[in-house]
Formats: sequence, structure tokens, C-alpha cells
Amino acid sequence: MTPAFTLRAKDLIGVVILALLLAVVLPLVLDPFRLNMVGKYLTYAFVAVGLVLCWGNAGILSLGQGVFFGLGGYCMAMYLKLQASTPEATKIQSTPGIPDFMDWNQITQLPFFWVPFKSLGFSLLAVVLVPALFALVLAFALFKRRVGGVYFAIITQALAAIMTILIVGQQGYTGGINGITDLRTLQGWDIRTDSAKFILYFVNVTLLIGAILLCQFVRRSKLGRILVAMRDKEDRVRFSGYDVASFKIFVFCFAAALAGVGGAMFTLQVGFMSPSFVGITPSIEMVIYTAVGGRLSLLGAVYGTLLVNWAKTSFSESFPELWLFGLGGLFIAVVLLFPNGLAGLYRSYVEPRLGALFGRKRPAAPDATPAPAE
Amino acid sequence: MNATPISDQMAPDFLLAVEGLTVSFDGFKAVDDLSFYVDENEIRVIIGPNGAGKTTVLDLICGRTRATSGSVKFKNTELTKLKEYEIVRAGVGRKFQNPSIYDDLTVFENLEISYPRGRGVVGALAFKRDRAVKERVEEVAQTIFLADLLDQRAEFLSHGQKQWLEIGMLLIQDPELLMLDEPVAGMSVAERKKTAELLNRIIKDRSVIVIEHDMKFVEDIAHKVTVLHQGKILSEGTMAKVQADPKVIEVYLGH
Ligand SMILES: Nc1ncnc2c1ncn2[C@@H]1O[C@H](COP(=O)(O)OP(=O)(O)OP(=O)(O)O)[C@@H](O)[C@H]1O
Ligand SMILES: [Mg+2]
Repeated sequence: MTPAFTLRAKDLIGVVILALLLAVVLPLVLDPFRLNMVGKYLTYAFVAVGLVLCWGNAGILSLGQGVFFGLGGYCMAMYLKLQASTPEATKIQSTPGIPDFMDWNQITQLPFFWVPFKSLGFSLLAVVLVPALFALVLAFALFKRRVGGVYFAIITQALAAIMTILIVGQQGYTGGINGITDLRTLQGWDIRTDSAKFILYFVNVTLLIGAILLCQFVRRSKLGRILVAMRDKEDRVRFSGYDVASFKIFVFCFAAALAGVGGAMFTLQVGFMSPSFVGITPSIEMVIYTAVGGRLSLLGAVYGTLLVNWAKTSFSESFPELWLFGLGGLFIAVVLLFPNGLAGLYRSYVEPRLGALFGRKRPAAPDATPAPAE
Repeated sequence: MNATPISDQMAPDFLLAVEGLTVSFDGFKAVDDLSFYVDENEIRVIIGPNGAGKTTVLDLICGRTRATSGSVKFKNTELTKLKEYEIVRAGVGRKFQNPSIYDDLTVFENLEISYPRGRGVVGALAFKRDRAVKERVEEVAQTIFLADLLDQRAEFLSHGQKQWLEIGMLLIQDPELLMLDEPVAGMSVAERKKTAELLNRIIKDRSVIVIEHDMKFVEDIAHKVTVLHQGKILSEGTMAKVQADPKVIEVYLGH
């Protein structure tokens, strides 16, 4: 039995191996272009680990995580865009000092909600808090009314669609379909250079490892067990004296905040943010990363994200039109054949052999057995 | 124990006072103008044919179903207005008809979740498995015959053990009113005996409402029996009195 604050040694070893892979091996073997690409993939891993808690542990399937990824990404992009829109840099515009796309849309004054994003501190807070607050409003409205399961999933999907339409439609305020582009500096530091991308990659890895440790802490706490209990028998938890909705709200907001951090790191490393990362397709892809990696495994979700994205990149370079079918097929295969994804395969085939190799018998982790599909 | 005073003026010594309780599902009154009173330290058994509304009565008391009209007073607090978790925290525990436990957690973890501390989000994050928790869990596990199975995943328990586990989860809450819906259903004869023993041990310092079909079991434990039929009370009193009631024999015991 482990107290809430200590982590199991096994979990920790897994995290250390991942950290070594991401922070030492990959930077040594990949060229800067490929490394930046891995960095981009890893921003989705923030969403995937959040989904492990929200979907895997608590049984709340969200098909709208792209919204929170996008909100975090846009918060960061707004700050960077304002940095790039100094009056000197934009003096050829009819209104200098505002982002170029606003000028093109005949907007003559910085909209009020853009103003606070002049501050880096505010923007960094917003990266976490805007997605979390947005999730809070949604989760409060739905979970307090006991909307759950498939209905919840459909509503989050609708939200992803609405968000895309809103961003595309409000071109003057959001940059529309093109998104917020041409981002250059962070507090004067040019983020487009190779060295900046290299540094940002490590920032990303550090934050991701931090996120995983935080998730592990949550999972090992009693709250983590309550989430699993709720997934199994919601009424039993309710009639054991818990306000079930508040736990669902918490885990949904937590996953949203993590997604927001991922989005912000995406903007920083890729140099723009657009509605194509917000809508239904990216949101569903993010669920697939988690499913492939194993929805009960934080580390699995990270590997799943890397693997699917690597496959996507290699596949869509050669057969772009086939990729979506490949992805759909992969999802169906995982759901039908490997409900616990890569992590499940690892636990049932690799781990026992490793154990035998080192002459140790490991008891099966409680997460290893299939959970009922929601 | 005083058995008869059914008046509008509620005597303060009742732990639970149900008055005029009615619930209608699309016009069908599953519970119809029901009134009954449970004393402190009383074991009340509710019997009645399938569909009589027994489970629905428990649902109404614990807030799972909202009453159409009527009142449920627990220690003079109106329960019908409270949220489910507030009713639990007020001291009402309820076991479901089908054993309702967390398959993916161990027996220890199942019991620990019901430990009445750290019930908010922050409290649950900060919750520490300290000595008080461990001792209490072990003590209850002993009571429910599961002391050797604390690290077992609950999924792998037998049906009877699952029923005991759920009873144990309620014991950890230490409720003043314990409501059990068919606790021995599906149990072997030996398990039934053990369960009767268990109930007789845990009723000290609390009141219990039990729904049960097994008349032998009812005889063993009941102080007083309420017979429900079509949402209404058909008969109420001691086991002997109820068993002799011709109405009860006709609709229930005669079968
Ligand atoms: N939520 C509900 N909506 C509609 N009808 C309901 C609902 N809950 C119960 N009923 C109906 O109310 C009646 C009483 O049901 P209840 O489950 O209370 O019976 P019971 O006495 O517990 O029966 P059993 O001995 O089979 O457990 C049944 O006819 C049932 O179909
Ligand atoms: Mg019933």
C-alpha cells in the first residue's frame, strides 16, 4: 500500500526511461527538423495523458479536447502576435500597432479581450486558466445535470464544431481560417531559429514529464481511486457521501488545462495556431492516440501519440488520401483487438518476460485487466 | 418499543418518520401515501410481493428518487430536499439490491473509499492512508469475513462476499440508519446464516431497514415487519401478527 505522496518505483522507472529517450536519445539521433517534429507530436501528448485520466480512469469520453488544445494555443499565439505587431513593424498598415489580419478586416482598434495578452505573465496564466474555466462552465452545466456517457461525448464534439465555426467566422478577431500566423519573438527572443526550437523542445519535454508526474500523483491519490470507482459504479460512490459531479468537473478541467499547455507549446514550436487544430478531426485523432497507447496508461499514451503521429507523417507523405482510412482502421483494430492498446500488449507480453529475465515475479498491475468499455 | 403512535405530531424519539410519501411514475403510483416510523435501534423488515414498491421506498429515503409528495424526516431533518451525498453525510447508508462494489479496486480500496474523510476534491487529493484508516478498514474487514482478502481485486470475490463487502462499505460510514435491499438474495444457506449473524452484530447502536423475501431470515432478525402491497402498507407489526394477518396470507405468504 502506497501513501498518496510516494510514487511506485515501477512507474518512476518508466518515467525515467521516457525522459532519457526524449531528452537524450532523440536529440542525439535526430536532425533539428525531425526533432522539432517530435516536439510538435509531444504537444499532443499533453492531451493524451489528460485523456488517460478523464477517459481511461474516470470513463468520461471527450471528443472535444481540440477545443482546449486550441484555446491554450490561441492564448499563446495572441501574445506572440502582439509581440510581432509593434507600431514600427506594422507601420505600412492603415492602423499600425494591431495584428495584420485585423487591419485587413478594417478593424481600427485592438479588441478589448486582446489587450491583456500584451503581458507575458497574463498570457501564461491564460494558457492554463482559459481552457480550464471554459471546461468548468461546460462540465458544471452538464455534470450537475447528470449528463454523461455518449451524450457528453456528442456535446463535446458539437462544441469542437462550434468553436471552429466561431474562429473561422470571426476573422477580424481571430485570424479566421488561416489562424494566427507569422509569430516571431517571445520577449524579444526569436523563436524561429534552430537554437530556439532546440531549447523549446527541452522545455516541452520538461513540462510533459512534469505533467505525467502530476497525473501519477492524482492517480495514486484517493481521488484517482474515486474516479475508477465512479467509472464502475457511479451510484455507489454517490451514496457513499461523495458529490460525484464535482469529481467529474475536476478531472475534466484538469485534462483541459493540460491540453491548453500542449496547445501553447505547439504554437511556440510550430510558429502559428489555426482552427485546423481545434475541430472535430483533431479532437478525435487525440482520442485515438490515447486509445492506441492504452487509455489506462500515461506512458502508453505518450508512446501512442508518437507512434500514430510518426505513422501519419510517413504515411501521408506517400499516400495522403489513404491516411484517414488507415487511422480509422487502426482505431477499430485497437478497440476490437487490443482494448488496452500498446500498454496492454506490453503488460501481457513484454513485462512477464522481462520479469522472468530478471528472475522476479511481478504481480499484475491493477490497471492491466480490461476495463468495461464505456 | 412503542409501536402504535401514528399522529401528525411527530414524536421526537423516532429516528425516521415517513409521512404521506408518494411517488408517481407517469401516473403510476409506485408508493402511495405511505407512512411509517422507525425507532432508534430498531430492525425493521419490509416484505411484499415483487413490484410492491419496496426498493422504491429506499430510493425515496436516500434521495435516489424524488418524492412527488410527502415527507421523510430523519432526526427531525427533512431529507426530501437534500442532495444524495448530504443525506449520506446526515447518517443514512444504503445497500443496493444488486451487489454494488468497485470491481477494479481491491477489497481494501473499496472499503477505504467509504471511510468518512476526504470527501471533497481537495480532501481526496490530500487523503493519507494513515493508521486510523488502516485499522478501521482491517476491523471492518474482520467483521465481514474478508480480512484475508484485503489485497484481492473485488471482481474476483464470490457473490456472497460481494454482498458482505458492500455491507462493510456501509459499516465504515457508521450510519445511524442502515438500509439493506435483499442482503441475502443469491446466497447459499451457510452464507445466509453468517449474514444473519453479521447483521445481528452490526445493528448495535443503529437502526436498520431490511428488505427481504426469505421468511426464515426475516424471522431471525426482525423486530417489526411492514408488509407493502401496491405501494401501500398492507399490514404492520410483529412477525407473528403479520404472519397471522389474512390479507398478508392472501397476497404474499400464501404463494
Ligand atoms: N424509475 C422508475 N420509473 C418507472 N417505474 C418504476 C421506477 N422505479 C420503480 N418503478 C416501478 O415501481 C414498481 C415498484 O418497484 P420496486 O422496484 O420498488 O419493487 P420491489 O418491491 O422492490 O420489487 P422486487 O421485490 O422485485 O425488488 C414496479 O412496478 C416498478 O416497475
Ligand atoms: Mg426491489
